[in-house]
Amino acid sequence: MITLLKTLSFAGLALTVVPAILVFTGSIPFEMHTNLMFFGMILWFGTSPFWMKEKEL
Amino acid sequence: MAKPFLERLDARLDTIDEFEREPVPKKNLKGWRGFLGMYAGEHTAGTEFVIGALFVAHGVSAIDLVLGLILGNLLAVFSWAFLCAPVAVKSRLTLYWQLRKICGDRLALIYNIVNAVMFCFLAGAMITVAATAVGLPFNIPMPGLDDWLPTSVGWIITVFLVGSVITVVAIAGYEYVARFANISFPWMFLVFMAAAIAVLPSLGVQSASDFWPVAKERIWTGVPIDGMTQFTFWHVMFFAWFANMAMHIGMSDMSILRYAEDWKMGFSSAAGMFFGHFLAWIASGILMAAAAGAVAPGVIAFNSAGIAGAICVVIAGWTTANPTIYRAGLAFQSVTPNWKRWKVTLFTGLLTTVIACFPALVMNLLDFVALYGLVLMPMGAVVFLDVMFFDKLKLLKNYAEETGSRFNWAAGLTWFLTLTLCLVINLYAGIEIFFLGLPGWFIAVLLYISLSTLIQRKG
Repeated sequence: MITLLKTLSFAGLALTVVPAILVFTGSIPFEMHTNLMFFGMILWFGTSPFWMKEKEL
Repeated sequence: MAKPFLERLDARLDTIDEFEREPVPKKNLKGWRGFLGMYAGEHTAGTEFVIGALFVAHGVSAIDLVLGLILGNLLAVFSWAFLCAPVAVKSRLTLYWQLRKICGDRLALIYNIVNAVMFCFLAGAMITVAATAVGLPFNIPMPGLDDWLPTSVGWIITVFLVGSVITVVAIAGYEYVARFANISFPWMFLVFMAAAIAVLPSLGVQSASDFWPVAKERIWTGVPIDGMTQFTFWHVMFFAWFANMAMHIGMSDMSILRYAEDWKMGFSSAAGMFFGHFLAWIASGILMAAAAGAVAPGVIAFNSAGIAGAICVVIAGWTTANPTIYRAGLAFQSVTPNWKRWKVTLFTGLLTTVIACFPALVMNLLDFVALYGLVLMPMGAVVFLDVMFFDKLKLLKNYAEETGSRFNWAAGLTWFLTLTLCLVINLYAGIEIFFLGLPGWFIAVLLYISLSTLIQRKG
């Protein structure tokens, strides 16, 4: 379960930054980057608190 | 019979014991991870959107920016590692309780009021920044560079909404603050970077090799906008070094680093400096150049990263405002020792929120940050000398505690005379506020040793 949550979290981070690089290379339009970044945010905050809380602060 | 709700809440919140008035026990010490997350989160904050942009407005050139930030941030990390962390680990007390032992309760009271008010102003700036994003969907008019007073009722309501949430999180305590920063930081930092990368084509950068020429010609041009003073390499370096002067040289971060297993954890501040005060400041400069005149961080972030960008500004504001309100709460608590911490933090949060309604603070952030570090710095020098060197100098450490004094005149005069001399240097030698911290620290060191020697030998 933790592995799945971590995978989704890192997918969220990838959706945050990779679309911006694709905008830079001209591969996707700017609007798609903002939409994908939004989904990345949902994924990160929807999954990371469940596995990050197990780490020692 | 069930206890009334407020009584149960009071009992629950009162169990959050954070060792404000006693050394942190060994079993409660924390490792690298907590500090890296805390520093990285705290220094990738809403104000980075403003500071990086103000460098552009002040006409810093690209090469001055890069070199100034590298050197200034390195000096800041060294200040945490070699000045603040050794003192924090040796005493294990908050700055405020250490000051009571050295300065006496009356001088510590004055210092704590000044300190807490400064922290409230700083946290207020973070709330203002967050509110520029929260107000976006409601079409709240955003303050501009020239606005000093609240711009509308909607703006005030937005600020109070943001301030309330931040205050509740701060009341929950250090563990919750560190956890919030830990979770937010990786995403937040990537939003900063991604937003800057995505707007580069609009500035004319089509490949990596285009970046430097565009940086010099269209972003950090070396020409200030009308009405702004010219910044040089020295401004950038000293600003980067002293932006958190109150926390490292001023010793406020004793409150955090007293939990460190080892003084070397002071180096964890590098996470905050090189992610937040290097990359994020550069990113915000790029965003400012691409925003064509917009200055409100919420607007800039929304234009470059959509809804996620606006939410990033809100969270970035929170992650800095939280520990700042927490620190201010600690400072006020030593002024009102009979108040419970959560009540003090609630009061602090309210005061901060009122301050945040005034955009003048954010629009003059560089000057305020420099002033706040300078005002608190001399007492940091006092604590550093007293904890680390007074034994070696054969001087009585913790003078107030040892002698029963309620006002240590050596420390009080050091503080007052240092700031007076800094003012004289500023007024008569024309040295700008950004540079005064360095001569000021040496003045404070000389004064405290001399005055302590004089007073203790006389006594």
